[in-house]
Amino acid sequence: MKKENVIVAEALTKAFGDFKAVNAISFEVKKGEIFGFLGANGAGKTTAMKMLIGISKPSSGNAKVAGFDVYNQTESIKKNIGYMSQKFTLYDDLTVKENITFFGGIYGLSRAKIREKRAQLVSELGLEGISNKLVGSLPLGWKQKLSFSVSLLHEPKIVFLDEPTGGVDPITRRQFWEMIYKAADQGTTIFVTTHYMDEAEYCERVSIVVEGRIEALDTPKKLKEQFKVDSMNDVFLKLARNIE
Amino acid sequence: MKRFIGFIKKEFYHIFRDKRSLFILFGMPIAQILLFGFAITNEINNVQITILDHSKDATTEEIINKISASKYFTTNQMIAREADIETAFKKGKIKAALNFEKDFSRNLIREQKATIQIITDATDPNTANSITNYINAILQNYLQDKNKGIQIDYQIVPQTRMVYNPELKSVFMFVPGVMTIILMLVSAMMTSISITREKELGTMEILLVSPLKPFQVIIGKVVPYIFLSVINAAVIVLLSIFIFKMPVQGSLFLLGAESVLFIITSLALGILISTIAETQQAAMMISLMGLMLPVILLSGFIFPISSMPAPLQIISSIIPAKWFIIIIKGIMLKGVGMAFIWKETLILIGMTVLFIGLSVKKYKIRLE
Repeated sequence: MKKENVIVAEALTKAFGDFKAVNAISFEVKKGEIFGFLGANGAGKTTAMKMLIGISKPSSGNAKVAGFDVYNQTESIKKNIGYMSQKFTLYDDLTVKENITFFGGIYGLSRAKIREKRAQLVSELGLEGISNKLVGSLPLGWKQKLSFSVSLLHEPKIVFLDEPTGGVDPITRRQFWEMIYKAADQGTTIFVTTHYMDEAEYCERVSIVVEGRIEALDTPKKLKEQFKVDSMNDVFLKLARNIE
Repeated sequence: MKRFIGFIKKEFYHIFRDKRSLFILFGMPIAQILLFGFAITNEINNVQITILDHSKDATTEEIINKISASKYFTTNQMIAREADIETAFKKGKIKAALNFEKDFSRNLIREQKATIQIITDATDPNTANSITNYINAILQNYLQDKNKGIQIDYQIVPQTRMVYNPELKSVFMFVPGVMTIILMLVSAMMTSISITREKELGTMEILLVSPLKPFQVIIGKVVPYIFLSVINAAVIVLLSIFIFKMPVQGSLFLLGAESVLFIITSLALGILISTIAETQQAAMMISLMGLMLPVILLSGFIFPISSMPAPLQIISSIIPAKWFIIIIKGIMLKGVGMAFIWKETLILIGMTVLFIGLSVKKYKIRLE
């Protein structure tokens, strides 16, 4: 069964002067897939993602996200995607409930829908006792989980996660990936950047970005076979060395 | 629209949960206005005055004695000619001169009305004002004593003349000045900080990825500050009227409208600052150094622009606060209407449009 492509990039490039932060990358992401975007810090992951979510204009190349063009249909793209950035991005001085209400509101959810989602989310995350507490007082792991749930609030087709598990303990990371799987099972496409190589193993397909180019793109299993190594970490190291 | 209300609500949560911004928003205006207000009602002591007595009768002598007896004044000499008043002022020996009209006593009794001229040196307008008030108080006191038990109501009409600064340029000047500073502070600094805060925290990115358009985000951030600034302006005007008896000669409506215009100018400036500054601290530094200092030093609030060297006069013209001070001074103190301040109003509108244009341009460059 062939699933439809929800993200298509063709030779997508972002140049800052002579420096090409993203250099002619091409790939497709299928509906419901967990697509990993791996690379060292500064490899161009975030820049590529910013073009896809419509807050940075590509220098050249084409890309379609949820069927909409990244040059002139960014408004439609924004309605269909969720986004969680590297930084923790809920408001610390708002309570859990207020954060949910606010983000539901800016995505245009009805009041009844927000109320329903809020109750559901609070019980799923086990936040019942503290839903009226300021988010700033929660531990980081909970914040991240809440942040992810909030990015799914408007039921987007695709969720973009930019290094979502930075600074989180292994157990929470594990729980976090369980949430990601659950969302993918429900048909949400996940586009996730990371530099944790063990996380790459959780992805269905992985693209490895080195200096703005996609140097490898396949399932973790096939990549390991191709490079004749045991872990994604070694795949990455091999690739990075070749470039040097 | 519903989205927008949600956004504004969130903005108010931010403001009301941050004690620092609450203090700047509401503590500062009241503290400043009281500080400046009481600073100008400074007490006077042993002020040297001279007296020109054209009638030399019992009443004038009584009054002169009463004034001399007070600890506020020392009558250092009597003079005979009007021209000597000027000489005494120029020598800097006296701060005020009293001029009793001819037949003072007779006028007071026959016509129940006599005139005394109070001439003060208004190069120091605050002192000049205080002196006038003190002398008036002594005259009233004298009349009360004299009128006691009699049916006739005697009146002494003091004619006040302030020399060297007849318009009394900086008395009450503190109200327009403080109002300008507060509005600038709240509107420009607070908005630039609140916008850069979202940039610093990374929430700005989330907002830009949401279906909200960038201008909606900015307007959403700015509206609460318009609201709070208007309240602040009203508080300042009310405090000045009721505590300091500041007259508002012109139309309150025009005053309100011009204040809203200046608030918008400041907000536009705040937005512009937020497109330049990446962090809250940078935004605060730019606002303080780039806005507060020029407003205090160059806008004519404390130092008269006409006495500045030419280069500073030119710089002062690009400060929006200068024009706003002229406008509200005109409305509050002189009671002028739009016919007299349309030029300043246009300048402010022009500046606002320029700031918004620059912000939009800078903002677009950033998105590229």
